[in-house]
Amino acid sequence: MSAADATQLGRRNDRLRRRHAVNRGMELLAWLAAAIAVAILGIVVVSVAKRGASQLNLDLFTKTPTATAFTLHPVAQGISNAFVGSLVIVGLATAFALPIGILIAIYVNEFAPGAVKNGIGLVLDVLNGVPAIVIGIFVFGLLVVGHGQSGIAGAFALAVIMLPLVARSTIEVLALVPNTLREAGLGLGVPRWRTTLGIVVPQAVGGIVTGAVLAIARIAGETAPLILVSSIAGSSVAWNPIHALQTVPVAIFQLSEEPDPQAHARAWAAALVLVLFVLVVSLVARWFATRSRRKLQGAR
Amino acid sequence: MSVVSSSIEPTVRVETKRQPLPPRERLETVFEIENLDAIYGSKSALKGVSLEVYKNLVTAIIGPSGCGKSTFIRCLNRMNDLVPSFRQTGTIRYHGQDIAARDVDPVAVRRTIGMVFQRPNPFPKSIYDNVAWGLRVLGMRDNLDDRVERALTQAALWDEVGDRLKASALSLSGGQQQRLCIARAIAVEPDVVLMDEPASALDPIATQKIEELMHNLKTEYTFVIVTHNMQQAARVADMTAFFSISRGEEGARWGELIEYDATEKIFTAPSDKRTEDYVTGRFG
Repeated sequence: MSAADATQLGRRNDRLRRRHAVNRGMELLAWLAAAIAVAILGIVVVSVAKRGASQLNLDLFTKTPTATAFTLHPVAQGISNAFVGSLVIVGLATAFALPIGILIAIYVNEFAPGAVKNGIGLVLDVLNGVPAIVIGIFVFGLLVVGHGQSGIAGAFALAVIMLPLVARSTIEVLALVPNTLREAGLGLGVPRWRTTLGIVVPQAVGGIVTGAVLAIARIAGETAPLILVSSIAGSSVAWNPIHALQTVPVAIFQLSEEPDPQAHARAWAAALVLVLFVLVVSLVARWFATRSRRKLQGAR
Repeated sequence: MSVVSSSIEPTVRVETKRQPLPPRERLETVFEIENLDAIYGSKSALKGVSLEVYKNLVTAIIGPSGCGKSTFIRCLNRMNDLVPSFRQTGTIRYHGQDIAARDVDPVAVRRTIGMVFQRPNPFPKSIYDNVAWGLRVLGMRDNLDDRVERALTQAALWDEVGDRLKASALSLSGGQQQRLCIARAIAVEPDVVLMDEPASALDPIATQKIEELMHNLKTEYTFVIVTHNMQQAARVADMTAFFSISRGEEGARWGELIEYDATEKIFTAPSDKRTEDYVTGRFG
């Protein structure tokens, strides 16, 4: 009896050893894939930082670019006009896209019948997949031809990019709100819209903010449509979106085309600022996400 | 050498201190349900249910899982409207008005016919705001503090939470949360309170508290309670309806009302064999 058992056991051990080996191999592959992702981000950040560090100073944010790059006496230069322009255009785009995106999501998740829900979901996915340059050309034809470039056109293009992002992420967090809470509100004889506004949306607000913040991070770096609709701008600081405004991604593009090595360094510095902005914004979004998830779990 | 119990003694004892029911003609009818069919998609959940629910009584709905108890009670305040594939036929008259009719606003129906759900579902707000939110939204803003205190007292919760009304409702125990949900439901002064297995997620002590408060509140409200716990029905209910599953061709199954009578009769001298089998624990 013991001999037979021993061979059985031995055979099983062989199989077990092979399984362990396969397991270790797969783990290593997965680990490598993760390491590659981290390494790529690290290389990007380090190389951008190394090249841009010399120009990353207060002047970058406070000074405007001088009209002529080749002056006898070197003057401190910056791209304050681009930061202001980005602020105005991204702010306007958010003001356009955020309320509409959230309202779409509330309609889709709380009110729409099944077929409409799927239809709008598909439309949002397609809109999300439209290349940014196509949106740029669309807005160029719609708002720029005959009127000239403007910050508003740029904001509109970015809003079109932002809209499906905000709507999609909001739909997802609204779907996480437990149905029992909706029933609780409706069971009191409270109308559906009041239950949605008073119970469902407050419960999801952390997740909605997270999605909005990530969408802002995404459009802040968008370049292609802005080159078409808001790029021929002066070098002074301007706030009025009726005229074309300089933006950070467009400034990076233009500075990198200049023959002046100082301009190249400024382009790198601006890129570094953009990367840091996205990093900070992502951290803020994460903080909101964990906070709202904790709130949701408490409700179950 | 297993011992098979041959005892056919009823497993459920009916409380004896119960006051006798007045004769039916002296009872005021709240719901008059006639020939109610409920269908989800193409599957029947209930067929041909007819019964009357009387004012200021506790009416229990008992029966095995899947017999349509919850579907039935959710018909009474149009909660099934939230299920897209749901349809119903037949009439449900509430004080003479057909509330199942298309032109009746379900929000108005739920306003007078409140509901407490199977699992405690307090809002993620403070204890105070859980009760006050409904009052504020429904325009009952006068004497808000008094109304909240009264509701919490009626739900037998005031003594436990009166000194920490600003605490989160989610910090309460399951039984306290369920009593908070009852307070929330009765604060808006409904006429009927529907309870869908309100104690199924609670321990015996919490269950007892909820049964006691129903007993004390039935002078003010009419209760309809779904329960899978026969002892609970025997303890709290004046009238009991027994639902069971009927089977048709090709595996079709639906819920049916088998017997509806005074609780005492259902548990001691049921007139249908199926009811007897169920209440004596020989079901199946």
